[in-house]
Amino acid sequence: MQIIAQILFLIALVAGIGFFVRNIRRLIRNINLGKEIDRSDNSGERFGKMAKIALGQSKMVKRPISGFLHVIVYVGFIIINIEVLEIIIDGLFGTHRILSFMGGFYSFLIGFFEILALLVFVGVVVFWIRRNLINIYRFLGNELKGWPKNDANYILYFEMVLMILFLVMNATDYQLQLNGAPHYSSEAGIMGSFPVSQFLLPIFDGMSNATLIIIERTAWWLHILGILFFLNYLYYSKHLHILLAFPNVYYSKLQPQGEFNNLQSVTDEVKLMMDPDADPFAAPAEEEEEGEPEKFGASDVFDLNRVQLLNSYTCTECGRCTSECPANRTGKKLSPRKIMMDTRDRLEEVGEIINKKGKYEDNGKQLLGDFILEEELWACTTCNACVEACPVGIDPLSIIVEMRRYLMMEQSSAPNELAISMTNIENNGAPWPYNQQDRLNWAKEN
Amino acid sequence: MAEALKVPTMAEYMAQGKKPEVLFWVGCAGSFDDRAKKITKAFVKLLHNAKVDFAVLGTEESCTGDPAKRAGNEFLFQMQAVTNIEVLNGYEIKKIVTACPHCFNTIKNEYPGLGGNYEVLHHTQFLKSLLAEGRLKVEGGKFKGKRITFHDPCYLGRGNGEYEAPRDLLRKLEVELLEMRNCKEKGMCCGAGGAQMFKEPEPGNKDVNIERTEQAMEVKPEVIAAGCPFCNTMMTDGVKGKNKEDSVEVMDVAELIANAQDL
Repeated sequence: MQIIAQILFLIALVAGIGFFVRNIRRLIRNINLGKEIDRSDNSGERFGKMAKIALGQSKMVKRPISGFLHVIVYVGFIIINIEVLEIIIDGLFGTHRILSFMGGFYSFLIGFFEILALLVFVGVVVFWIRRNLINIYRFLGNELKGWPKNDANYILYFEMVLMILFLVMNATDYQLQLNGAPHYSSEAGIMGSFPVSQFLLPIFDGMSNATLIIIERTAWWLHILGILFFLNYLYYSKHLHILLAFPNVYYSKLQPQGEFNNLQSVTDEVKLMMDPDADPFAAPAEEEEEGEPEKFGASDVFDLNRVQLLNSYTCTECGRCTSECPANRTGKKLSPRKIMMDTRDRLEEVGEIINKKGKYEDNGKQLLGDFILEEELWACTTCNACVEACPVGIDPLSIIVEMRRYLMMEQSSAPNELAISMTNIENNGAPWPYNQQDRLNWAKEN
Repeated sequence: MAEALKVPTMAEYMAQGKKPEVLFWVGCAGSFDDRAKKITKAFVKLLHNAKVDFAVLGTEESCTGDPAKRAGNEFLFQMQAVTNIEVLNGYEIKKIVTACPHCFNTIKNEYPGLGGNYEVLHHTQFLKSLLAEGRLKVEGGKFKGKRITFHDPCYLGRGNGEYEAPRDLLRKLEVELLEMRNCKEKGMCCGAGGAQMFKEPEPGNKDVNIERTEQAMEVKPEVIAAGCPFCNTMMTDGVKGKNKEDSVEVMDVAELIANAQDL
């Protein structure tokens, strides 16, 4: 009987981790559909930023209530996972509380995990209330309707259930130890301490050891299977940030937020135009003939860079960006969160086609138009509020600008007044139709 | 006041074989917009007052390309940038000051990659340094004790991390400095950035500048201080939209200092 349980556990573990590895490989494959971008510089500064923002949650706590609750859930999540290590060893070798040889320290750990589990539970309940019962602007956005809202709630339910299972498992285990049940009790005394689950004992009052063992085993199995399931749910949910926040912050932009990248392909063309020795009628060089001419800007996920695609998978749809966006706050269609969700959804759509057909075949859709509308893009004031607000270093603005570049340079599609001011800049060096020769007139006026 | 301001150009300096301490980059708004021209003049008065050896490019100046870049017209931006860099490098410019955060950001951050390397300062940063060197005296004058709130320009604040220079100057004016609910890192845009200044806003239920003006009104200011000609326009319009132009002024930090000293 015991050996069958051990084998079943091994199968569950291998399947759970194996499936997770498969999905992570797909994720990496999808991200690599984007353009290469060199962010290998300044590794020291990048690690520092990652330690502060991702590990240290420095931006999360800028909003004290949700920030504080998130730190509890985050710390709880990481620390309680130490317990998973013991569960895996026990499961594989049929042991019971293998780490209890640590004695007093073990009791301290288990007690600490229990307190954290309770705090996580309370935190998650408050999250649920904030999301579902209180009218909080960032949880009311149109892009959250349907699946994204359900997805967020499923995750919260899941975390609640996992915490309950953990505490039930401990409570029944404690009762079995008190009862002196074989395999559970030890001559060394009680293993672990149960500051929270001891209050659950009355529920199990009067139950036989056999019933207690069934409950304990059920809770134990559901807990570990739940964790394995959750691990695999990540890829299908908005919840990848628990893993991707770290690389995402690491690879985020280090330059001042106001600095936009200069397009090298444009620089090359401008240089050629400005070069008095360039021969406009010269035949293109050999190597230039191969491949398509470079496309300016982005109309689909393939035109974005890998960091931008990583950004899209990292986004957990918290909406801090959108709640700070001046365009969104004044009723415009633009929502930086939607930009990230659309990018991810389109990338996933492309990934699905590759899963099925081995390579991408045009499905008649693209990011621009089918997901993100021009109206959204033109509402942006490039104020960087979204970038500043993101707790994990996502840059929705860079995607907006990249798509504007496509609209402007590939499609010559811009709002009329804007197109006129571009012509003004071209003709007379100012966005308004004033003569450049009048630029110093102000000095003579009184 | 009646006589015209003395504004030397780089060409004049070149003809005399001299080089100024700093180039004042006026910008399109500062050159052509009636409201912004007042800021330009106030800043020039302060430069004279502090005996700063400066020059402008005058008719050789052209748009930095900021609106083109933010609108996505990278091609036009780089054409503008390369042309300007040629002029600036031709005059061997080392240090630039500008009263426009958009020009400031573009020249400081986006010109280096195209061959234009200069020390670039926003006028509030430059005025602060003049103050520290004892060249400029900033005193309360008529703004002492007045309720003033500072609206952070995106491209000075979030864009380049400068929140304190304008506030330090305002404190020197001994004003009652009030902070809006959304200030500094969380400062809300006036609605002009990203080339919005040059287009109609997209459909929505409110204009961004109205929302921002309402935030400013919450602290009941007598003056809304700005550090950007576009913010100035947007906030001025916002105040007018609220019919408050008689009780609330929108002024650039440079204007406040110049006015305090009756320059």
